[in-house]
Amino acid sequence: MTSQAPGLWPPSGPEVVFLLLGAVAVGSALLVVTTRQLVHAALWLVVCFGALAGGYLVLTAEFVAWVQVLIYVGAVVVLLLFGIMLTRAPIGPSAGLDSGNRWAAALVAVATAAVLVTVIVTGFRTAYAPLQPGRGAAEPLGASVFRTWVLPFEALSVLLLAALIGAIVLSRTDIRGRE
Amino acid sequence: MHVVYPVVVSALLFSIGVYGVLARRNAILVLMSVELMLNAVNLNLVAFDVWLGDRLHGGQVLTLFVIVIAAAEVGLGLAIVLAVFRTRRTVDVDRLRALAEVVRTPEPGRPDGEGAS
Repeated sequence: MTSQAPGLWPPSGPEVVFLLLGAVAVGSALLVVTTRQLVHAALWLVVCFGALAGGYLVLTAEFVAWVQVLIYVGAVVVLLLFGIMLTRAPIGPSAGLDSGNRWAAALVAVATAAVLVTVIVTGFRTAYAPLQPGRGAAEPLGASVFRTWVLPFEALSVLLLAALIGAIVLSRTDIRGRE
Repeated sequence: MHVVYPVVVSALLFSIGVYGVLARRNAILVLMSVELMLNAVNLNLVAFDVWLGDRLHGGQVLTLFVIVIAAAEVGLGLAIVLAVFRTRRTVDVDRLRALAEVVRTPEPGRPDGEGAS
C-alpha cells in the first residue's frame, strides 16, 4: 500500500480537487458556526454537505456521495429549515446566537484540532491509497449490504421505524403523558 | 490520494463541530454542529475504506448507516426541540436550566428561575 507512494508535495490532480473541495467544506462549516443569521447557517450547511459529496466522488465513493446529496441536502437541511421556521426564529441577523462561553469553546476546538491534526499527520504521513474507479459504485455496495451487512441493515429499519413513531408521539399535542 | 488530506479535512470539520456545539445557544444550531461532526466521521470512514481496500466495503456501508442514523437523530432532535419550544417558548440551551418539571406550589418568596415555565 505504501510501497510506491509519491511524495506529499506536489499533490496530484485528484488531490488538488479534493483539497479545493475540502477548503470549501471547512470554510462553509466555519460560516455555519459563526454566522449571525439562522437561515444562512442552514444554507451554508448545504454548501458544506455539497462539497463533502464532491469529496466522496473524488474518493471514488459514488454511491455514498449520492446518498449524501439525497439525505443530507435533501432531507436533513429541509428538516432543519422547518425547525427554524417552527420555532419562530427571526429572519434577519439576531444577536444572541452565541453563548457567553464562546472563547472557552474556541479554545477547546483549537486544542482538539491541534491534537488531532498532529496525531494524524504523525501517524499517516506515508499512507497512500491508490484510487480505483468503481469501487464504491452502487452494485458492489448493494451486494455487500445485502450479503454481509444485512442484519445491521434490518436493525436500522427497525430503528427508523422507532424514530418515526417517537417523532410523531413527541410532536402531537393531543397525546398527554400520564399524570 | 494521500490518506492525510481527507483525514485532516475531517479533523478540522470535527473541531468546527465541537466549537459549534459548545458556543451556540440556539438548539437548532447545536443540531447543525452535531451534523458537521457526523459528517467528519463519515469522511474518515470513506477515506480509510479507500485506503484499506476492504473487500466487505465496511467503511462505506458504515457511512451509509451513519447517514441513516443521523437522519433519525435529527428528526427526533427537532421533535424534542419543538416540544421544548411549545412549553418554554424558547430554544436557548443556556436558558433551559430546569431539570425537572416545576411543581406549582404557592411559595411567594421563591425566586422564579429563567427556565421555569
